[in-house]
Amino acid sequence: MAVTADHAIPNRSPLIAFLSRWLLTTNHKEIGTLYLWLSFTLFFIAGAMAMVIRLELFQPGIQFAEPLFYNQMVTMHGLIMVFGVVMPGFVGLANWLLPMMIGAPDMALPRLNNFSFWILPFAFTLLISSLFMEGGAPNFGWTFYAPLSTTYGPPSTDFFILGVHLMGISSVLGAINIIVTIFNLRVEGMTLMKMPLFVWTWLITAFLLVMVMPVLAGAVTMMLTDRHFGTSFFSAVGGGDPVLFQHVFWFFGHPEVYILILPGFGIASQIIPTFARKKLFGYHSMVYATVSIAILSFLVWGHHMFTTGMPLAAELFVMYATMLIAVPTGVKVFNWVATMWRGSMTFETPMLFAIGFVILFTIGGFSGLMLALVPADFQYHDTFFVVAHFHYVLYPGAIFGIMSAVYYWLPKWTGNMYDERLGKLHFWTAIVAVNMTFFPMHFLGLAGMPRRIVDYSLQFADFNMVASIGAGMLGLTQVLFLYIVIKTIRGGDKATSRVWESAEGLEWTIPSPAPLHTFSAPPQFPIPEEAYQHD
Amino acid sequence: MTSLINRLCRGLILSTLLAFYNTAFAAAMDMRPGVTDISQRILQIHHYSLAICVVMGVLVFGTMFYSMYAHRRSKHPKPADFHESMLAEIVWTAVPFLILIGLAIPATSALREIEDNSNADLTVLITSSQWKWHYQYLDADFGYYSNMSTPTEQINNLETKSKNYILEVDNALVLPTSKKVRFLTTSDDVIHSWWVPDFAVKQDAIPGYINEAWTRIEVPGLFRGQCAELCGKDHAYMPIEVEVLPEEEFDQWILDQLLAIELASGQAVADRAKTWTLAELMDIGQTVFIDNCATCHEADGSGQGSTYPALAGGEIPTGDMSTHIERVMDGAVDTEMQAWAPQLSDLELASVITYERNAFGNDLGDIVQPLTIFESR
Ligand code: HEM
Ligand SMILES: [Cu+2]
Repeated sequence: MAVTADHAIPNRSPLIAFLSRWLLTTNHKEIGTLYLWLSFTLFFIAGAMAMVIRLELFQPGIQFAEPLFYNQMVTMHGLIMVFGVVMPGFVGLANWLLPMMIGAPDMALPRLNNFSFWILPFAFTLLISSLFMEGGAPNFGWTFYAPLSTTYGPPSTDFFILGVHLMGISSVLGAINIIVTIFNLRVEGMTLMKMPLFVWTWLITAFLLVMVMPVLAGAVTMMLTDRHFGTSFFSAVGGGDPVLFQHVFWFFGHPEVYILILPGFGIASQIIPTFARKKLFGYHSMVYATVSIAILSFLVWGHHMFTTGMPLAAELFVMYATMLIAVPTGVKVFNWVATMWRGSMTFETPMLFAIGFVILFTIGGFSGLMLALVPADFQYHDTFFVVAHFHYVLYPGAIFGIMSAVYYWLPKWTGNMYDERLGKLHFWTAIVAVNMTFFPMHFLGLAGMPRRIVDYSLQFADFNMVASIGAGMLGLTQVLFLYIVIKTIRGGDKATSRVWESAEGLEWTIPSPAPLHTFSAPPQFPIPEEAYQHD
Repeated sequence: MTSLINRLCRGLILSTLLAFYNTAFAAAMDMRPGVTDISQRILQIHHYSLAICVVMGVLVFGTMFYSMYAHRRSKHPKPADFHESMLAEIVWTAVPFLILIGLAIPATSALREIEDNSNADLTVLITSSQWKWHYQYLDADFGYYSNMSTPTEQINNLETKSKNYILEVDNALVLPTSKKVRFLTTSDDVIHSWWVPDFAVKQDAIPGYINEAWTRIEVPGLFRGQCAELCGKDHAYMPIEVEVLPEEEFDQWILDQLLAIELASGQAVADRAKTWTLAELMDIGQTVFIDNCATCHEADGSGQGSTYPALAGGEIPTGDMSTHIERVMDGAVDTEMQAWAPQLSDLELASVITYERNAFGNDLGDIVQPLTIFESR
């Protein structure tokens, strides 16, 4: 991407110029790029940790990772994937795309935007540095239940707490920026009900973020004072309540899982119509479904806590509310299928990933529905069945969502087409590997394998081996993805401004690569057909 | 002819695949039916919901795949332009809703039964601590600890793994058939979860809480489970073993236990009266150390970094004797070093402390007698 004149500072060495360009940038596209590279880097770090986990679980017995180290790997893998990969990945996409989709010149609060991003490298350096400290990194799982994380946590827990605070600040500021941008900078004529779905889903996600990240901040602050300032929020000995921790955590945690998927819904809703060459079916019901999912997500946190001794009435309420979420989720899936129905489809890489997303996410939704049934959850809970469930919604869900978005908009960002043959190869290897890795985990969980264990009894050996081989493949396919992205940045067939013949939206009316500054003058909306035609 | 060969080949491949599944995998693919009425009802709910998901999946994905085939551009070059239908939206909101009601009904009725903890015949208090279970028979007023019995050599791949690798314990929980057994669960340190799949009982053990669950087991036998809540380093090594006996045998077992307790307290008096030699104490001490202490402090006393301090040359094991005794008996608050006084006998404590002061090159020559322990209790 071209460095434009206003960033070049005279009489400085190229290194300083480079650093100050990226450190000081307030441009939404550059910040989007920073977010995406951070997410991608952390994806490989957390992925390497997953490889350690799967290597250890390849066979029963202890081979590579001592139990405490294994627990650190499980914890850091989860934390980094959730907070460092999926969330910044989606924020990066939001930065790149929201202003272009609503016809705005930039985000509403550009300096805040710079600040939100630059908090993150420090937050993750803090978190990852804990691996090298006395006593090791946090080892209590990404859900960090008290008192394992408070009274019994390693000294590095304080770094973890600080890291979470920083990420939280970054997310809240980013979310505020997104809300302000969407509410104030839409081009004239784009009413709320005319916004592209990616914008809609991000608007709702941003509200979820603003509402629940402070709750997470509260949870870690209570942990901090329990650990150092003599309070006993979560310690039974001092009159506190360890289960309170779980209520606070999951009040954040369940909306959080929707933060991790709603933008993915938006992405699928942009991509499927383009390649089906047919308008999105049921736009209004898509919006209402997303809003209802978001509202319901505040009522169901208890479904992570069925075995903590909840009273019957609470169990029933949470079970019904959780099952209810399946209804709007189903509506979304049906609408995507109806969009494809009688379209005129081609299957370029973004479409393949979007279809993979819909199918495999739905499988995760099915297991979610099964988990909601409290009697059955007593058997499923804290087993690999749950691990299978959330990896189906997160890997082929959130991660495939991000990948299809990258393939779809990369030509717009770089001006070059990616290599279609390699893209397809990436998709097919990834889809085989993802299923090989995570499908057997359903069987393991049903047969009784608890999650978060470093070692397992002999009857689980076969499926664990299959899953580990799949995981190795999955890791390799992502190296291919990195290669494809770099190759596209460096060159390739030139992309037209519309890129895809029936793509709709303001971002396709500007040239590819998108110039650093776009829409200094507001575009026309609704978009006239000739706006797409200038090359 | 060729089509016949084709069909034969396909049949062959399919049946080998199936056979492969049946032999290699079938052992562990589905939820276990278990041995209680509740576990079997849960299995039914599981199968019922799975079947609904599979049918829905086949319909939805089938439609998608058909559409991808029939409505691809080369076959269907001109896309239709419908994009809204109130009727369709209502149908695919209402139909799933009705299906969900059909799922909620059996789940609700099973749940009501599971949560009915009244009228138990027998109550066991299960107390967890890192990384063992304690079972207290409240009606007969006695209890004991249950530790994993798989040796570390098997874990470290130095010996072949036994059939019940990491699922076996020294003292199993013993229960009678056909009685309603109530479990109370609580914890001494972090949260653990007591889970035996064959009973479909999974109940968190939480410090400061006493949770309830129950079961009624119809058949005698040995049943195994594991801790189901991440509880620190040895979470994987916290198995549960339950031996279910016919009623009369169970009653006899209880009587045997009470008798054994009486004998043991006589033995304790005798142990106290005796003056033990260093060699005797070292011998017993080594076993106690390996069974209880080595998982953190390592068999050679080298510890694990700053988390689990080294005992070889350690400050406390080579320092003042009474501080050492106190640390072992009372533990260190808020760490994984627990109080061993309630868990070990006077003789065991005396010998393990003697062992620590003389093994690993500490060689202090100190001897702790069971009487000293008795007096510091
Ligand atoms: C139809 C929609 C869904 C339903 C009904 C559902 C239901 C559930 C239930 C009941 C559990 C608790 C299982 C247990 O611990 O026993 C669970 C766990 C989980 N779900 Fe979902 N879920 C759904 C969708 C999602 C989505 C969209 C995501 C994220 C993108 C997600 C992520 C997770 C995660 C991360 C966990 C495990 C958290 C942990 O314990 O570490 N779920 N889900
Ligand atoms: Cu949830």
